[in-house]
Order: sequence, then structure tokens, then C-alpha cells
Amino acid sequence: MKKQNIIMIIAALLPLGLFLFPLWRITLEAPQYPTPLAMNIHINDFSDVHPHDIKNINLMNHYVGMQYIPDAIPEFKIFPAGILITTVLGLLIAWKGNYKWFLGWFILMVVLSLAGMYDFYLWEHDYGHNLDPKAIMKFTNPDGTQMGFQPPLFGSKDILNFKAHSYPQFGALFLGLGIAAGFVAYIVGKKNKSTA
Amino acid sequence: MKNILKSTLAIVAVFAAFTSCNNSGKSNGKSGALSSNIAEKVYVAPGEHDSHYAFISGGYSGNLTVYGLPSGRMFKEIPVFSQFPTSGYGYSEETKPMLNTSHGFIPWGDSHHPDISQTNGEIDGRFIFINENNTPRIAKIDLKTFETTEIIEVPNSAGNHSSSFVTENTEYVVAGTRFSVPIPQRDMAIKDYKGNFQGALSFISVAPETGNMDIKFQVLMPGFNYDLSHPGRGKSHGWFFFTTYNTEEASTLLEVNASQNDKDFIAAVNWKKIEEYVNNGGGTMMPADYAHNVYDEHTHTATSTMKKEVRVVNPSEVPGAVYFLPTPKSPHGCDVDPSGEYIVGNGKLSANLTVHSFTKMLAAIEGKKFDGEAYGIPILKFEDVLAGSVEQPGLGPLHTEFDAEGNAYTTFFISSEVVKWKLGTWEVIDRKPTYYSVGHLTIPGGNSRKPQGKYMFAMNKITKDRYLPTGPEMEHSAQLYDISGDKMELLLDFPTHGEPHYAAAMEADLVKERSQKIYNLEDNKHPYAAFSDADAKVVRKGNEVHIYMTTIRSHFTPDNIEGVKLGDKVYFHVTNLEQDFDVPHGFAVLGQNTSELLIMPGQTKTSVWEPTKVGVWPFYCTDFCSALHQEMQGYIRVSPANSNTPLKWSMGEDIE
Ligand SMILES: [Cu+2]
Repeated sequence: MKKQNIIMIIAALLPLGLFLFPLWRITLEAPQYPTPLAMNIHINDFSDVHPHDIKNINLMNHYVGMQYIPDAIPEFKIFPAGILITTVLGLLIAWKGNYKWFLGWFILMVVLSLAGMYDFYLWEHDYGHNLDPKAIMKFTNPDGTQMGFQPPLFGSKDILNFKAHSYPQFGALFLGLGIAAGFVAYIVGKKNKSTA
Repeated sequence: MKNILKSTLAIVAVFAAFTSCNNSGKSNGKSGALSSNIAEKVYVAPGEHDSHYAFISGGYSGNLTVYGLPSGRMFKEIPVFSQFPTSGYGYSEETKPMLNTSHGFIPWGDSHHPDISQTNGEIDGRFIFINENNTPRIAKIDLKTFETTEIIEVPNSAGNHSSSFVTENTEYVVAGTRFSVPIPQRDMAIKDYKGNFQGALSFISVAPETGNMDIKFQVLMPGFNYDLSHPGRGKSHGWFFFTTYNTEEASTLLEVNASQNDKDFIAAVNWKKIEEYVNNGGGTMMPADYAHNVYDEHTHTATSTMKKEVRVVNPSEVPGAVYFLPTPKSPHGCDVDPSGEYIVGNGKLSANLTVHSFTKMLAAIEGKKFDGEAYGIPILKFEDVLAGSVEQPGLGPLHTEFDAEGNAYTTFFISSEVVKWKLGTWEVIDRKPTYYSVGHLTIPGGNSRKPQGKYMFAMNKITKDRYLPTGPEMEHSAQLYDISGDKMELLLDFPTHGEPHYAAAMEADLVKERSQKIYNLEDNKHPYAAFSDADAKVVRKGNEVHIYMTTIRSHFTPDNIEGVKLGDKVYFHVTNLEQDFDVPHGFAVLGQNTSELLIMPGQTKTSVWEPTKVGVWPFYCTDFCSALHQEMQGYIRVSPANSNTPLKWSMGEDIE
């Protein structure tokens, strides 16, 4: 088997790491939480980082009228299916062998990941802005608009007394490496073609 | 030239060495440059943790208080033998059974000697045992939750003072009687005490995994007073030693009549021998009434079982199991050094401290060198068992603890001081005053084969001018000393709650990592628990009304209850739905005849309320739990007995 095909097989398999490791983590720090509250976002689940973290995040968020973090969201069905399909697709084109398809797979993965990020942003925005009108505490921005409590998509941000951190986890690394390997497979294939 | 330079340097070096020697010598005394940093030695910066836990008994408060060392800060009061309104212990339906005895519900106790469980002679930090003196009981506190989880009453015992010390693998907790009494109890003339009263030494077995206690056997001894005790350790593991006074068997004016004999005894009990005898069916079952109370952390509920009999052993049935070691004069403290060789008997009225040798004791037993017997128990010859004595170290010796360097520290009540002396040479090394009238002293791990050195604290009976006055009553005090040098150094005075009778202390790391932060709701097996607001309900059973109530920041569910009538017995079963460390909620209702409840995250507790007046009565959260704590409240309506107000409950309705 050609070198580029082997790389492509690896590229197609790496995103499966998302089923083993969390994709993302949101951490909330405040003085009265010496152990910060944090939740992991998996491809198919939310999970506590320390026991009962999500319950405690919900409890604290109800003061400003944020919705409860749901047990499940529709994306938990779509994302795993998407990853399984693109993996099968990647393996098929690795087997079929034309390196130009590798570029196609790479572009597809980049587009899908960006779409996933956008979806995540929308969810976060809704979660942080769609507040209960009967919320116990109401805060406004200096310009008079209602304050949102959206955690950052990536990076760290102060939200009232909390410092929120949002960073990728191991699962995201597997996805990123997979996508990058797809591109490498394409480059290697192209090189072999021109030298052949 | 070079040589001159060299020798000059050498001289300077020698001078430097002498100077530094001097300095280090001084720093251990009370003068010197380093004495100004005493405050630093006890300073634990905000947010930092103390290096040691100290568990100080509350004496007449019936409780156990938790302190940090070296700061002397009090962290918690653990209720053990007394009702405690702060948490509802002994008031809530779940904890009332903990204070049940064969004499009925007893809301107070006199707690004395805490002792930490051991494995291989070293403190393991799993449990603390503590005795109740007045109504003889032994309690076990689980150091995972810092809660009292088991109490066993001790029958045939009176004044449970030589107690509760544990053997080196926590095989037994001992409960020796201070007062001898008629066994079994009966109506008889007090003047007939002599020869008719007996003293029970109870050996309570501790199950290795669960810590469950059970009275394995009682040794029925002659009618002396058994004052204090200590297990052997190391080479003397398998033996237990008890000091006695009133070997005169006087029954009146004991301060005179019990101080006549020149020597009383230390009773040496070979418990392994008696255990073997009992395991082979020895001893007799005697009718007895005593309560065994166990708290289940899953149902959050205690149950009390009345036991009907106890196994007793007459020492004459087991030859070679019990001996008397003559000890001058009315000995109080009975302390065994970490090696297990030396048994220190502190004669309260003696000018000298008496130290017996375990090795010599065995040799004397082997050689059958007896000096008569008392009630069939052989008395060994004083000279044959004596290891040595500390000559005139102070007035009124009480208790001794040990460091890891072969030194002993003894308290002197009358001369108000702690004296440090060396085991084996019996020479006094240092003495430091205490303020005032010291009883016990504690070295972390000092009651084990491996003392943890560095600190010693003395517990004083009189406080007088040490703090700002607080009227005629002052809290007692403890005083912390640094014992890492040759000389003891007083570091800190700190007030204690109740009578700081005795304490157990240990390195904090043994406990703090295992300390539980919440109770898991999933593990809550309380029959009246409500696991979500949806489970909240009110159920009538005849004239009992059971309210399944939940609490979470910042509301009760339900918060409006109607349909209760005069003559009803209302049970508030309150479940705290929180699962976050240190977020309890409280509960109290107007006119309640008990205490509030303080309910930990994941826990259910029950308060009974028997309303006496018609009206609409508020209840509220008593623990400032959140920004909206003040709003955490509700109402319960009480209608006349003959009314037909329907039973109703709600939360969050009709507020549009
Ligand atoms: Cu509250």
C-alpha cells in the first residue's frame, strides 16, 4: 500500500478519539469555589469534572435566570453520526486510493468542524442570553442592554464574580490531528504523483 | 605570611563554631534572639492549614472539640453524649436513639478520654473513641464525617473513668470502672461495701472493618476504684494496666479513708489470656440491661437495641491472667512508654514518680515472687518490678506522655507545671510552669508506639487572669509547648470549651484527605427522604402528619401547608438536595419544643412539632445559606381540631 493511503487511514481513524476523550471543557472559578466548577463536553454527553459540578452550576446560574444545562441536546445524536460517517468515508477513499479525494475529505472535515463550532457558539449564546424574565437578579451592561452570561468560545473571560475558561481537551486534539493528517496524506500523494 | 593567614582563619572558625553553639543553646531557652519569633511559630496564615488536629474532650459538656495545632483555632464541636441544639443532635428523630440507655433517654454525659484507633501500634486516624463517665458509655466517632456513629452502654460499671483506651490494633477499647458497685446491682447497706462490691473491667471488641463495638467480656475485680488505664504496646502488647485507689475499700470520707495505705496497686491484666479463655467458652453469661446505639449513614438514622446479657469472668478462673503491682500512693495516671517496657504510675500523694519494668514484672511472675494476694489475685513485690523512680520532681503528679526520643513529660497538678525527664536515667531535664493546675497533657501520637513529637499541650483546670474576664465563669485553657528542643518552650495559650479533660492529637494528613464533603443523595436510604421537589408531599396517618420536604438554595418545597389540626403530631422530614461542600440548610418552626435542624447536603432529618395554637405559623432556614437566605421561608396553617380544612400543599403557585 502506498504511503499516502496509510496516512489517510490514520487520518480517518484519529477522530474516533472523540469517543474516548472529552472535546471541550468549561471551567468556572470564584473565590467561594476553591475547587472550581467545571464541565466536560463530550461528543455525546456533558459530564461533571468533579462530582455534582453540573448540578452546582445550574444552582448558581438560576439566580440570573439561566436555563438548566440539559441532560442531552440533539447534537449528541448528530455529532457522533457525523464522525462515524466521515471516518467510514475517509477509510473508503483511503482504500480507493486517489489522493485528490484526500483533499476533498480534508475540506469536508474543516467545514464540518467550523459548523460544529458555530453550532456550539449558538447554543452557548442562547444559554447565556435567553434568560428567565422572572430571574432573581438582573444585570445590565454599561450601555443599558441586558447582560449576557455566555462563556467564551475559546479562552478566558470574567463573568460577574466568576472567571470562565473554555478550552479544547484531548478529544479535540485527536480530531485536529486527524484533519491535519488528511492534508498530509494529500501532500504526500501529490508529491509521489509528481515524482513518479 | 601564608601560615599566619591560615591560623587566623582557623581561630576565626573556632570562634564561629563556639558562637553558633551558644546561640543554638540560647534559642532553646527563653531568652535569646530567636525568642521573639514565638508568634511566627503558631501563626497559620489566612487560607493555610494547621499541621495537626487536636481532639479535646469537653468533660462536663459531653462533647468533643476539634482544634488546629499550632494555631489553637477551634474548628468544630462534635456532640457525643449531650444534646446539641446547634445541629439538632439528640433532638431530631434520627439522633434521639443515640442517647438511649437502660435508664431511658439521657440528654447529658461527662466525656473524658478520647483515643484514636491504631494499626500496628500507630495512629490510623479512622475513629476516635471516647468514654462517658457518669452513665458508663463508650462512643465511636467516625473521622470520615466527624460524627458520632456508635454508642454502647457499659453495664455493671459506675464512673467509667479508666477508659477509653485502645490496644495497638484496636482489638479492644477498655472501660474500667472508677466506682465499685454491687454486681448485679441490688438494694444493700452501703457500710457492707468491703468484700461485697466489685469493679468491672470491660473489654469492648472493635470489628476491624466496620469498627462495630461489642462487649466481649468483663473481668470482675475486687472492690477498689479503677482510676486510669493503658494498654501495653510492643513487647507488652496483650496486657492492660489499671491504676487503683481506695484499696482500703472505704465507703465514706474517702479523702481520708482512701489515703491510708502506703501503696495501692496497678492491676496488670493479660487480656490475651482471658480472650483465649473466653473464646474457648470460658466465663458466664450474666443478665444485664444495656443499650447499643448505631447510626447508619445511609438511612441517616440511629437505632437503639437493648441487650440482655453480658459475659463476665472471675479472675480466679484464669490463673496467671491478673497481677497486682504495688504502687505508691493513690496512683492516678497509668502510662506506658512507646516501647512498652515502662509503666508509669503517678502516685498523687507520693513525692516520687514510680516506674515499673515490664521485663522485671514477667521475671517476677516467672519466679513466683509474690507478696501475698488480694481476693485470690497475686501481689508482686514492689522491689521486684520497680524500674526506677524520678525523685521529688514536683507536687501532685498526674499524667505522663512520651516523645520519640525516650523522654517523658509529666504534669503536676499542685505545683502547676510540666516536668520533662529521661526514661532509664530518671533524671529531670526541664520543667515549665502551666497556668494553672494542669490535668492531662497530650503529644500528637503520644499514646502510640510512634509519637509525632514537635508539640505538647497541657490542659489546665483554672484560667483566672489569662484572658479578658467573662464574669465568674471562665472557659478552661490549654497551653501549647514546642518540645523539639532540649527545653520546652511555651508558644500559645488558647481557651477550650467545657473541661479540656484529655485530648488525642495527630498529624492532619492522616485525616484531612479522607474527610467527607457531602452525603450522596443517591445513597440516601432514609424512609422519608424526598429526592426532588416533585417528591415533596404531605401525608396524613391518623393524627400524624408527615411532611416530605426538600430544601435547596433558596426555597423549601412545599412552602405553603394547610390542613394540619390541633392535636396533630407533625413530622417535618427535611431533605437537603444540595450536593455542594459546606452548604447545609436549617429548619425551624415557630413554637417548636425541640431544637432547629441543621441538615447537611444529601441528608434527611426529622423534627416533630406538636402545635398548641390555631394560626398560620412561619418556618424558615436557620443557616445563612445564600444571597436569598432571608427569603427561604414558608407557612403552615393550623386549624381547630374539629375543622375540615383539607390537606393541601404547594410551592410557587398563585404568585402571578
Ligand atoms: Cu437555606
